[in-house]
Amino acid sequence: MNPVNYLYLAALLFTIGATGVLIRRNAIVVFMCVELMLNACNLAFVAFSRMHGNLDGQIIAFFTMVVAAAEVVVGLAIIVSLFRSRHSASVDDASLMKL
Amino acid sequence: MSATAVHSLWTTAATAADPISKIDTPKIEYGQLAPTLIVVGAAVVGVLVEAFVPRKSRYYAQMFVSVVALVAAFATVVALAADGYGTTKAGIAAMGAIAVDGPALFLQGTILLASLVALFTFAERRLDPQAHGNPVDSFAAQAASVPGSESEQKAVRAGFTTTEVFPLLLFAVAGMLIFPAANDLLTLFVALEVFSLPLYLLCALARRKRLMSQEAAVKYFLLGAFASAFTLFGIALLYGYAGSMSYGAIAQVVDGSVVEVTPALADTMGNDALLLVGGALIVMGLLFKVGAVPFHMWTPDVYQGAPTPVTGFMAAATKVAAFGALLRLLYVVLPGLRWDWRPVMWGVAIVTMLGGAIVAITQTDIKRLLAYSSIAHAGFILAGVIATTPDGISSVLFYLAAYSFVTIGAFAVVTLVRDAGGEATHLSKWAGLGRRSPLVAAVFAVFLLAFAGIPLTSGFAGKFAVFKAAAEGGAAPLVVVGVISSAVAAFFYIRVIVLMFFSEPRPEGPTVAVPSPLTTTAIAVGVAVTVVLGVAPQYFLDLAGQAGTFVR
Repeated sequence: MNPVNYLYLAALLFTIGATGVLIRRNAIVVFMCVELMLNACNLAFVAFSRMHGNLDGQIIAFFTMVVAAAEVVVGLAIIVSLFRSRHSASVDDASLMKL
Repeated sequence: MSATAVHSLWTTAATAADPISKIDTPKIEYGQLAPTLIVVGAAVVGVLVEAFVPRKSRYYAQMFVSVVALVAAFATVVALAADGYGTTKAGIAAMGAIAVDGPALFLQGTILLASLVALFTFAERRLDPQAHGNPVDSFAAQAASVPGSESEQKAVRAGFTTTEVFPLLLFAVAGMLIFPAANDLLTLFVALEVFSLPLYLLCALARRKRLMSQEAAVKYFLLGAFASAFTLFGIALLYGYAGSMSYGAIAQVVDGSVVEVTPALADTMGNDALLLVGGALIVMGLLFKVGAVPFHMWTPDVYQGAPTPVTGFMAAATKVAAFGALLRLLYVVLPGLRWDWRPVMWGVAIVTMLGGAIVAITQTDIKRLLAYSSIAHAGFILAGVIATTPDGISSVLFYLAAYSFVTIGAFAVVTLVRDAGGEATHLSKWAGLGRRSPLVAAVFAVFLLAFAGIPLTSGFAGKFAVFKAAAEGGAAPLVVVGVISSAVAAFFYIRVIVLMFFSEPRPEGPTVAVPSPLTTTAIAVGVAVTVVLGVAPQYFLDLAGQAGTFVR
């Protein structure tokens, strides 16, 4: 199959993730959408790696996974601490600093 | 390359004569990477200190480790620069991952000094009265306890302090040291995350106003992760375009001066959409980090909610690192594309300068005011970036060095003005501060004048250098906009000075805490750098001028 199709799929997944970040209201779901965007990037890396015939892209995919895992650790810690003090993970409720 | 040939990359290796012997040992120039390695090593030691040192002595152990590491790393940077790695011996280290050149060393030195000063404000423990006989700093007694709960009170009574902030600071500094020196896109992305993740956590750790602090951290985290996902997709597209991650190789493909063109590369090289979209997405991620309009929405909320020492550190060091990376990306990777990115950056610079200055006028909170002022300053620095001349690089370097110390000093002063609820950040409470404590108000006035760019302060020297470079680089209209927005910005800086000195103090107004030598040092360094760089900038301008050449 033509690897370019995987690029279209990656772009589609990335767009779905970005749309999700913008329209969903639960911090956890927003965060899952960011993870979807990172995974879309991984797919693009691997597809490009196949097209160019070098392994750089596949190596980067591993790095992206590690970074995404580190981000989960930090992100969930922050979101859980917010949830425990407000009993809500909605990003709309977090508005103490609005002008 | 055909599909079978690609497949053979990972299937035929077993039949080759001796595949293991074909892997070259990577050559790592430990000496040239020493500044970063020292800081990372100290951060790891800091984590071990958290695990093994008794709670009572952790603070002192952490302080010792952090100060020694930052000073040693700075000494190494100076030694490398003195050895000529900034000029004649500039090169690329760590198998092409990290550049050791003038801008990298200059920015690393700036980041290390600024972090050392910020570290002093982190370690301050005399601003609040002691709680149950234990000294109290700006950070939560125990970050995991729910604000206002029984467990939080227990933690305060037991005298817990979050000494983890020191290793977190060091990890962030390590990422920032790599960020402007990154010479391939993967290193750029990893460094971006290495310095962002500790900052997200630091934002959530305020002792007072914890709900606001947690809210700031969530906003910063979600938006930061969103922006770095865009950066990563941009990196994927640029990798697809050029078939390589290294800055030099991508630059060659962009210029069209690439030597060996494989069929796959010939396919993607012709596809300008990959290049333009990829470049735009990466630049977008970096503009988010510097807080340029229209990617600035997080700045005021995060600056306001984060603990003030963290805000100062973030405002200064993040900006230095991110502008360094932006400069390298635009000057080393995408110079062949400058006719495409310059108009866009013009627009961004103009809306950033005007937007930051105009919205700042309506602010009533001192931290939000400084946040919008930092947005306006990002616009001024962008004017220097757009110049695309050697002067552009050196003026941006000088501006960053001057700006970072003013910012840390200004936020350190904000920590001193307190009332019963912690820091009194509402502007109305600052009325008449000059009558009650003239020295603090005078120092803050010096910082505000430097922000405004009044002559004899570092702000003027920096702005003059940046605008001169921009005008000579063919961006004269930008300079006009810059001067107009400086005038707008001067209005609200002067307004704060007038408020402090020429209005009656309110009876229930805030008190000014007497700090320990730590914060005093931070503020004194800020004032000294502001005045020295303002009165005698030539030596430092020359230094930045010598450092203004990127290695490729």
